[in-house]
Order: sequence, then C-alpha cells, then structure tokens
Amino acid sequence: MKQHIIPAIRLTIACILLFMVAYPTLIFLIAKAAPAGGEGQTVVANGRTAGYLLEGQSFTWDRYFQGRPSAAGYNAAGSSGSNKGPSNPDYLKMVRDRIDSFVVHNPTVQKGEIPSDLVTASGSGLDPDISLKSAIVQVSRIADVRKLPREQVMLLVQRSVEKSINGIEKINVLTINIALDQLSKEK
Amino acid sequence: MEISGIIMMFIGAVLLALPLGRYIGKIYSGDRTWADRLFNPLDKAIFKFSGIDPSREMSWKQHLAALLTINLLWFFFSMFVLMNMSWLPLNPDANPSMSADLAFNTTVSFVSNTNLQHYSGETGVSYLGQLVLMLFQFISAGIGMAACAVVFLAMREGTTGKLGNFYHFFVKSCTRVLLPLSIAVAVILLVNGTPMTFKGKDQFVSLQGDTVHVSRGPAAAMVAIKQLGTNGGGFFGVNSAHPLENPNYVTNIVENIAIILIPIAMIFALGYILKRKRFAWMVFGVMTVGFLLLLIPSIYQESAGNPAIARMGISQPMGSMEGKEVRFGSVASAFWAITTTATSNGSVNAMHDSLTPLTGMFAMLGMMINAIYGGVGVGFLNFYIFIIIAVFISGLMVGRTPEFLGKKVEAGEMKIAAMIALLHPLLILAGTALSSYLYAHNPEVYASWLNNPGSHGFSEMLYEYTSSSANNGSGFEGLGDNTPFWNISCGIVMLLSRYLPIIGPIAIAGMLSAKKYVPESAGTLKTDTATFGIMVFAVIVIIAALSFFPALSLGPIAEYFGMK
Repeated sequence: MKQHIIPAIRLTIACILLFMVAYPTLIFLIAKAAPAGGEGQTVVANGRTAGYLLEGQSFTWDRYFQGRPSAAGYNAAGSSGSNKGPSNPDYLKMVRDRIDSFVVHNPTVQKGEIPSDLVTASGSGLDPDISLKSAIVQVSRIADVRKLPREQVMLLVQRSVEKSINGIEKINVLTINIALDQLSKEK
Repeated sequence: MEISGIIMMFIGAVLLALPLGRYIGKIYSGDRTWADRLFNPLDKAIFKFSGIDPSREMSWKQHLAALLTINLLWFFFSMFVLMNMSWLPLNPDANPSMSADLAFNTTVSFVSNTNLQHYSGETGVSYLGQLVLMLFQFISAGIGMAACAVVFLAMREGTTGKLGNFYHFFVKSCTRVLLPLSIAVAVILLVNGTPMTFKGKDQFVSLQGDTVHVSRGPAAAMVAIKQLGTNGGGFFGVNSAHPLENPNYVTNIVENIAIILIPIAMIFALGYILKRKRFAWMVFGVMTVGFLLLLIPSIYQESAGNPAIARMGISQPMGSMEGKEVRFGSVASAFWAITTTATSNGSVNAMHDSLTPLTGMFAMLGMMINAIYGGVGVGFLNFYIFIIIAVFISGLMVGRTPEFLGKKVEAGEMKIAAMIALLHPLLILAGTALSSYLYAHNPEVYASWLNNPGSHGFSEMLYEYTSSSANNGSGFEGLGDNTPFWNISCGIVMLLSRYLPIIGPIAIAGMLSAKKYVPESAGTLKTDTATFGIMVFAVIVIIAALSFFPALSLGPIAEYFGMK
C-alpha cells in the first residue's frame, strides 16, 4: 500500500486539474456560443423578463391556461415531484379534489374529457408544458373570461402546438399565455 | 409513435456501442488507435506528473492495492470539501456545508459510483461541491472500467499472472473514453438550453406577479458525465426530470443512449480482447433478453395508466402521468426507468416513487440482478460471477471438473463467487428488515421516513437498500432519507457492495489466469453457445428471483393486487 500512496496523491492532483478545472472551463467557454450564453433562456414580455422558457410557472387565474399541478409550487429554486405512490389514499383524494375544482371552473367540460396530465403533479414540479388536449379543455373558460371568440382562442392553441419527434403534441404554457395577453390587448 | 422513439434509442445505442467497444478493446490491449496522436501527449504528461511508469506490469493483488489506496485518498478529499464548502469559493447561493453523516453518505455514494443523493442539488451543495462530485463521476467510472480491464486481460489466453498496469487502464479510460464522449454530450445539451454558468440564482416576476427565484449553475458539464459514467447524480434535485437538465425529447434521446452506451460497449470490448466475438454476443444476448423482459411489461403498465385514477372517470391518454413530464410521456419514461436501473446509472426522468406498482418492481429487479449491461465495468464483473457459477453447475451436471476458457474452476474460486453472489441479497434484505423492524415498532418516532402508507411504504425502504447495494443511486424519493440512520446504513451498504464485488472477480480472474492452460477437447463445456446462455440466464433468475421474491411480494406485488 505504501508504494501506492505518493503516485495516488499526484495522480489525484492531475485528475483535479483535468476534470475539475480544464473540462468545465472548456464547456463554460463553449457555452458562450450557446443560446443565452449558457445562462438559461428567458422570455421577454412587455419589455421585462417574464420567465424562463424551459421552466413552468404558476398560473392559477382563470384568464390564463393553467399548467400541471406542482409539488414544488413552481419554485424554480427547489424542484420536486410529489413522490406519491399510485395507491396512496391521500393522494387519490387530492386528485379527486383537483378534478372537482376543474369542473367548477370549467362548467362546459365533461369529466371524461379531462386529461390526466392536468390533475397529476409533474416529475420536476416545473413542467413547462401541457398536452394539447389539456389546452383544448381550457379554451371555453378562457374565451368566456376574456370575452374573446372561442374560435380565436382555439386558433391560438392550434398555432402553439409543438409536436416533438416522439409524437407527443404539447403546448408551452408560458408562451401561449403571453400570446393570449397580446390577443386581448389587440382586441 | 412513442414506441418507435425508444426502439430508435436502443438500436442507436447498440450501433454506437459496436465501434466504441472495438475502440475500448484496442485501448486495453495496447493496440494503436486513431486517437493516439491526440491523447498520447496528454497521458504522457499525466504519468510524468504523477511519477508513474505505465508499462510496469502488476499482479492482481497489486492492482487491488493500487485501486483501494487511491479510493481511500478520494474519500478524505471529498469529506473535507463537502463539510467545508460553505466558506470555500464558488458558493454564490450561500449553501451550507454538510453534516458529518450526510457528507459520509454523499462521499461514499460518489466515490463508489452510486450517486445516491440524500440532499437536493439546488440547496445542498455549492458549485465547488458540484465540481468535486463531478470529478468523482469521472474517476469512479474510470476505476470501474479499469477493474473490468484487469479481468478482461486475465481471461485472455496465455496471460500468466501479469495483468497490465492499473494506472494505465484507469487514466486511459478517463481521458480516451469518458472525456471526449462527455464533451460531445455536453455540447448537445448546451445547444438545447442546459445552463453552464457560475452565476448564482436569478430572479424574475411572473405573469401573475409572483417573484420567482431560479437556480442555475455549471450543469451541462456534470449532466454529460453523470449519464455516461453510470453515475446518475443529478445537478438539480429532480435529476433529468428537471427542464434545465433535460430540456426536450432530443436531449432525452442523447442522455438515455448515454446511459447504456458504455455498458454495452464493454461487452464488445471483451469480444475484441479475447478474440471471441461469439462469446461477447452470447453475453449481449443473455443481457438483452433480461432487459426486454423487464422493459416490455413496464411500458405496458405505464401506458395503461393508474387504475385508481381511471375509476375517477377522467381520461388518461398519456398513461400514468404522476411524476412524469409531458415532453417525455409514459413510454420514454418507462424506458428510462428500466435502462437506468438495469445499468446502475440511477438518474431519472420521472419520479420512480410514483411509478405504477409493477414498473416499480421491474426497476427494483433490474438493480437486484445488477448485471444486465450493468455499471461501467462493474456490470460485467457481476455477470462474470454468474458465469463462474453457471460453469460450475454445468460441470457438476455432466460430471466433469468445470473449466472456463481453458482454466479449471476449483473450490477457491467457487467460494469467492458464491460469497459475492450472496452478498447483494444479504445487504438488501438485512437492511430492509432492520428498517422495517424499527418502523413497525415505533411508527410515531419514524413517521417522517415514509411518504406513503402500506405496502408502498415498505417498497420505499426496499428500494433504498436495493439502490444502495446495486450502486445505482435512484430512489423512491418520498423516503425521508437525510437522517443519520439512513445516511450511515446506506453508506455502509454502498461501501461493501462497491468494493467486495470488485475484489472478488479480480481475485477469481487473477487466480484462474495463474493456472495451467488446459487445451479444449471434445468434453469441454462450450461457453459461447445459446445453451450456455440459457444456463447463465437460469442462474441469474434463480439467484435474483428466488432471493427477492418474498420481499417483492410484500411490496409492489401486494400493492398491485390491492389496487385491482
């Protein structure tokens, strides 16, 4: 063992220089050429930063499209999932309450039309997206609250769909809500 | 459509692993590669600085001495940084130092390539702490690969006791395999929006007028190596479910391929080194059959959704979405869950605690077997133990002295193999039994442990020890695990389950390589056939399934039938 100590110490120092200093410095320099210089892409609305493109934020007002329930309360400095097991009775009650509350706020929607991603918490607590179906079931409510024609809001939804290569059709909640505010302003 | 995405990921990984395996095989055999001109000067500088002669051959005992010495040194280095990082530089968010028990757990976790995290990245470590942990993600993976290289060379025909130089394998694994791949993955992540900055938290006012703080940091560099080195320790608390750590489906493909790339490539490296391609394909075949048996029912279960939610009358077009992200969906999340547990990676893109019961069980089974592709290097070492046992049992069945690759397998080797094979169930089941006992007798005192009642709560404890013993690092994260009991007990489990399964196979391979070579004859057991593959598979099923079936039936199986 003794003969290995000195080489081990020196080799560790070499590894620190290479993997803890040189490698991250290289990636840091490359990041300068990446979107937002590697500091996180922000979204600007009305001349101020309204959020991060990739991170969801809390929308509770009826006039906005609402994102997924978040166990972290959309705290972007403390991501977290609910970690509730599928059979947990408290958890199932929570989901039932969310469904009931959704039906109250969206009286035109039948229970069977509600997609589960709208009443289950995301993995990160910061999911920026909802499924296309989850956006569609909110259209009537938003159109009514904002006194916009339903077709116009539906058109906005259709235009905001991002289809990723796995075939999932999703909507970035922050982006569509900014567009929604724009739409109301133009009216 | 969602299915085609995962088929693409798997085939993509195998197609990349074939040339990578050849390349790794050349590195360990000392053959020339195209990358020599680039890396020779770098490696030479490292060896010169360290005062190491990389051409000095070592015996298997010297290999182990070198391996354990450097790991011990890393232990002290990591403990020092983690317990003092509050005042050390690169701490813009003013995060605290770790308590001694948490630092012990985290140190063992990262030095042993487990990356079990009883802290949350945003609040639990400084950027310096993250960089130190990232260093361990490189070098602990390098250690696993070097240990595997020793066994590969020992299995080669005509090696007698001289098994190459440990530092040589270690440094080359890090510089020639892990480093270039990490740079490539990190660049892809950067382009897709993963941050790489040393600035602290940002702040903005949301559309509804709330003030929101946003954690950032040097994430891209760390995410790349944590995926490639079967480490799995995420930069942010929720790992690759976090939108900055895994921004979209493209990065999900890249990160998921990175999980299984090197573990699969190591099998093909073995074929190259031994010049026995058929044997490598037999190993790959057995592992892939096991992998598909875990994967297919998991995808079915997650896509089918949660039956308890179906009864509420809403629709589940995307499957079970609790703990999952919309951009990945159920199928890609199930694929990740199985790849990450089969390989000892342990990163997650969905919360495993919220998986449907049987998927949670298949994730646990992947870790209980721990040899389906497995961790970088160590996955094959575990498989090697199963091979030795299969050779021995086959030998008994035909009434001949068992031989493996021209060497007689005798009592000494078998004792080691049996001990290593039994260590894993012992650690998992004893740990779970102890914690269950404590909880059952004092449910009020330990109420903060479990986030879910009933059999799912039992599964949380079983998963934690399984993950620790498999050096995996994923968790049923509802478990309140940052307590001295969990930090210390999981730390001890990780220590034993990392080093003994490295020492055992190296000792067996070293002892076998020193024996006289027995030429193949008509009666020799052929180890590169489908028949032998089935034999190995049967050994795996018997050891894994039978040891763990009682525990699994108390946890996920009971929960599954309870929900029917």
